[in-house]
Amino acid sequence: MRYMMLLSGTNPATPPPPELFEAIMKLGGEATQAGVLLDTAGLLPSAAGARVALAGGQVTVTDGPFTESKELISYALYEVRSKEEAVEWAARFIKLHRDLWPGWTGSTDIVQVMDPAGP
Amino acid sequence: MTGAGDQATRSAIETVWRMESPRLIAGLARITGDVGTAEELAQDALVIALEQWPTRGVPDGPGAWLMATAKHRAIDLVRRRASYQRKLQEIGRDQQSRPEHTGEPDVDAMDDHIGDDLLRLIFISCHPVLSPEARAALTLRLLCGLTTAEIARAFLVPEATIAQRIVRAKRTLAAGRVPFEIPPRTELPGRLTSVLEVIYLVFNEGYAATAGTDWMRPPLCAEAMRLGRILAGLMAGQGEVHGLVALMELQASRVGARTGPAGEPVLLTDQDRRRWDRLLIRHGLQALARARELGGAPGPYEVQAEIAACHARAHSVQATDWERVAALYVVLGYLAPSPVVELNRAVAVGMAYGPARGLEIADTLTAHPALASYPHLPAVRADLLAKLGRIEEARREFARAAALTGNERERALFRARAAAVPAAVPGQGMA
Repeated sequence: MRYMMLLSGTNPATPPPPELFEAIMKLGGEATQAGVLLDTAGLLPSAAGARVALAGGQVTVTDGPFTESKELISYALYEVRSKEEAVEWAARFIKLHRDLWPGWTGSTDIVQVMDPAGP
Repeated sequence: MTGAGDQATRSAIETVWRMESPRLIAGLARITGDVGTAEELAQDALVIALEQWPTRGVPDGPGAWLMATAKHRAIDLVRRRASYQRKLQEIGRDQQSRPEHTGEPDVDAMDDHIGDDLLRLIFISCHPVLSPEARAALTLRLLCGLTTAEIARAFLVPEATIAQRIVRAKRTLAAGRVPFEIPPRTELPGRLTSVLEVIYLVFNEGYAATAGTDWMRPPLCAEAMRLGRILAGLMAGQGEVHGLVALMELQASRVGARTGPAGEPVLLTDQDRRRWDRLLIRHGLQALARARELGGAPGPYEVQAEIAACHARAHSVQATDWERVAALYVVLGYLAPSPVVELNRAVAVGMAYGPARGLEIADTLTAHPALASYPHLPAVRADLLAKLGRIEEARREFARAAALTGNERERALFRARAAAVPAAVPGQGMA
C-alpha cells in the first residue's frame, strides 16, 4: 500500500536547528534502509510557486505566496503494509519537530495512493 | 478507555512490533544464538507491551522500548542457562548446550550491530540446509513479521503446513548448529545465491501465481521488494543484489497493466504502457545502473534486469529493441541454462527476425522433459503458428496450453486466444 505524506506547518521565528535536519536525515535513512521510503523531497515556500485554477469556466493563474493555508513543507512516498504503519512513520517524523524545534506546529496528511493493481 | 480506543492501541502496538520485529529478532538471535528462542523473546516483548501500554501509555520511542525489554529477557535467559550449565557441571554431567552462548552476552554492542545482525538473520533464514520452501516461510516469518496464517494464505497452503515448515526449519538450524554469522568470504557467493533465490521465489509467487484463482498476489511482491531493498542497503557492493532489485522493480512496474478490468491477465505486448509505474521503472533503472557500475561479469539477475529494462524503456512493442532482447537471452542461456530461457529467446527472436525463426527455436524444445507440462511452450508455439497462418495447429496448441495451466485466469486467457485465432492475433507468450 502506497501512502503520500504531506507535511505542512507554521515555522516559529527561530531558525530550524541543525539537529532537526540531522535527525530527519537519520530517520529518512532508517526508512530507506527498511525498504519503505520510495521518494521524498522538501518543498520551497509557496512564494516560489503558482496556482492554476478553474472556476466559472475561467482558468486563472495566480503567483504565490498563498496566505490562506499553512505552507507545505515536504512530501514523502511510502510503501507500507497498513495505514497504521504509515501513521507510525509520520508520528516519528512529527515527534522530531516536537523534540528539536520548540514552537513549531504543523501536521502530516497521510493520503493513500490508488493502487494500480486494484484494492 | 473505550473498547474502540483499546482496539486502536492494540493495533498500534502490533504495528510497531511488526515494524521492529526483524531487528528485535536479529539482535536477540545474536545474544541467544538461536533464532527460535529469539523469536519467542521478541513475542514476549509484544505481550508485555500489550499488557503495559494500554494503561501506562505508548512510550515515546516504542521501538527502543521493545528492544530494551526483549534484551532484558534475553539476558535473564542466558544467565539462567549459564547457571544451569554450572550446576550441571557441578554434579558432573555432560555439557549439552553451546558453550559460546553461556557467557555474559555482549548486550551493549547490540545497537551498533543492527545492520550486521539483520544480515546474519537473512543468511540464516535462507540457509541452504533448508529447503527453498522452508527458507521462504522462515524468511517471511522472521524478516517480514508475517504470521503463519498470512504466509499460508499467501502460498495457498494450509496453515498447519506452514507452521510445520517453520518449526522444522528452526529445528534443523538448531540441530545443525548453524552459526548466526555473515558467511566467510569463500562461502559468500553460494550463500548469497541462496538468499537471492528465496527473495525471487517470494516475488514470483506473488507475480506469477502458479495456482489458484488470482493471476497475481501483489502483497508477496511487496514483501520481496522490501527485502531486496533492505539487502541492497546492507550489501551495497554486491552487483547481483542490485541486479535482483532492478529486476523486481522493473517487473513490478508492470503490475498495474498486467490485469484487465475483470482481473484477467494482459500480456506484455498488449499492455497499456501508460499504466506502467514510472517511479518503479526509475528505481529499477537506477538499481541496474548501480549493478553495472560495480563492474565485473553480470550475473543472471542483472541480465534479466537488462531484458526487463529493454521493455521498460520502449514506448511500444514496435519500439522495443528485440534484437538486444534476443542477444541478452543468449547471454542468460550461458549463465543460467534453462529451457524456459530458450523459450523466451524463441519469443524475442520471433519478434526480431520473424515468426519462422522463433518457431524453429521453440520446436527444438517440444521433446524437452522439463517442459512436458509447461503451458507456456504450447502457448508460444501457438502464437508463432498463428502468425505464420497455421491456424489449426495454433488452436490446438492454445487448447493444450489451457489444459496444462494450474491458474484459472491464465486458462481463460489461453481459451480466449484459441477462439480468437482466425482474427488478428495480438500478444506474445510472456507478460
